[in-house]
Amino acid sequence: MNSLSEKIAIAGIGESKVGKVPEKSALQLQSDAAHAALADAGLTLADIDGLITTPVRVEAWNMPCGVVASFLGIQPAYLSTLDLAGASGCAMIHHAAMAIASGQCHTVLCVAGQNSLTHKSRASAVQTMAESGAAHAQFEVPYGPLVASNYALIAQRHMHEYGTTPEQMAEVAVTTRKHALLNPNAHMVKPITVDDVLNSPMITSPLKRLDCALVSDGAAAAIVTSAERARDLRQKPVRLLGQGYGLSHSYVGEAPRLTHSGAIESGKKAFAMAGVTHADIDVAELYDCFTITVIIELEDLGFCKKGEGGAFVQGGRIALSGQLPVTTHGGLLSACHPGLGGGLFHVLEAVRQLRGQAGARQVPNARIALAHGNGGTIAIHCTLILAK
Amino acid sequence: MFPRPLPSPNALTAPYWEAALNGELELPRCETCAAFHFYPRTTCPHCGSQNLAWHAVSGRGEVYSFTVVHRAPSKGFEALVPYVVAVVALEEGPHLMTRLIGVAPEAVRIGLKVKVEFKKQDEQTRLPVFRALA
Repeated sequence: MNSLSEKIAIAGIGESKVGKVPEKSALQLQSDAAHAALADAGLTLADIDGLITTPVRVEAWNMPCGVVASFLGIQPAYLSTLDLAGASGCAMIHHAAMAIASGQCHTVLCVAGQNSLTHKSRASAVQTMAESGAAHAQFEVPYGPLVASNYALIAQRHMHEYGTTPEQMAEVAVTTRKHALLNPNAHMVKPITVDDVLNSPMITSPLKRLDCALVSDGAAAAIVTSAERARDLRQKPVRLLGQGYGLSHSYVGEAPRLTHSGAIESGKKAFAMAGVTHADIDVAELYDCFTITVIIELEDLGFCKKGEGGAFVQGGRIALSGQLPVTTHGGLLSACHPGLGGGLFHVLEAVRQLRGQAGARQVPNARIALAHGNGGTIAIHCTLILAK
Repeated sequence: MFPRPLPSPNALTAPYWEAALNGELELPRCETCAAFHFYPRTTCPHCGSQNLAWHAVSGRGEVYSFTVVHRAPSKGFEALVPYVVAVVALEEGPHLMTRLIGVAPEAVRIGLKVKVEFKKQDEQTRLPVFRALA
């Protein structure tokens, strides 16, 4: 696995318009993101000989990578469809790296996203998410959990074991919102306070509406190539230093512990492969499907001790000017959450920060970034460590 | 009246739902290492044995975690709101997701002792739910 370290780079990134985009289908959004990433890298479709995508949840696509390749008009030498739910964004980069390192292809387009919000309705998206795999079809769905209920069970247990508070969780929502307000391509444009979060409607206790991710339209794309080839391209390459996976369970009902996630393992592997320490991480783009997710990831990735994630997010520590700026584009809570594409936006933001192109939300002198994806209910994790 | 999603038993899970219809909670147990597990599998997640059999369990346990659902995932659940979805830790070890009955949502606590009951959904289905013990 260490053979990948330093050999692979992200050479291009692109986003479609995000938020409410009723004029675009899932394929159009993905195409927009792909073309933006190509333009960013100074490449054309003719340079792409690898494609990795994910399934979409709004339409049934047989062989999604084939559907996307055909829509773009390319016949890549290597193509694959990946589904690690929310961890897909980070995992796509790793799979692209493996394909390149083993000589299957030299330049891979990773693209994902969909029109979650306007495909049908917000209510329909919520029902589809609740009934299409997040909960066990026979042993959980009949009891009526939302996707948010699965995370609420985690939050409740974390509060019980460690004294984490709703105010601490709200801090995550407020911080990501501040970051989103500095992101010109973010779904949410209004500032919020801790009180706003605490006073937002209770969805599934202890999670309130503003503890929950958005439902957005949008797509993201990244172009991965060899570090050697990336040197000749338009942008400063961002190198892959380390990567790791971790899995703890499949469904909430059967998880032995709801407070400990696969991020413990994915983080350990990624740091070991990268040969860096926590003090080296200048910015952490953490998957933020719910506010509690960020708190658990901070603990399990080792940025603080188990149980201290709630205290860690307070006092501006995860803000842009803080000790560890977290999810600086605004994340799934405030920037964009279009299904499996959501986690790819975190990778894009890490790249932007390392290039020094994050504009008003730039973390000064960011040299090493961590991007982290979480799939299922804190079940499957993929951590990337990237450097400029 | 909007329908709620019901389980569609298959060859692997039919014993669970048949037992529930008869008012029994049965779980798969490994005949090699004697540990229970849930949900049903073909391989023991503790030791890897495929020598598994269904056994009745006590139906007693305690609340490991819970959430009060205020916003239903679909129309079928709207009449139940607010309802308590919980993960119960059974005396025999495994956890399972369920709904709590016999307790006001605001009175539910982690550690609350509970016992299984079976709630009729249709002629083929009784759903295991858990009643709070005083």
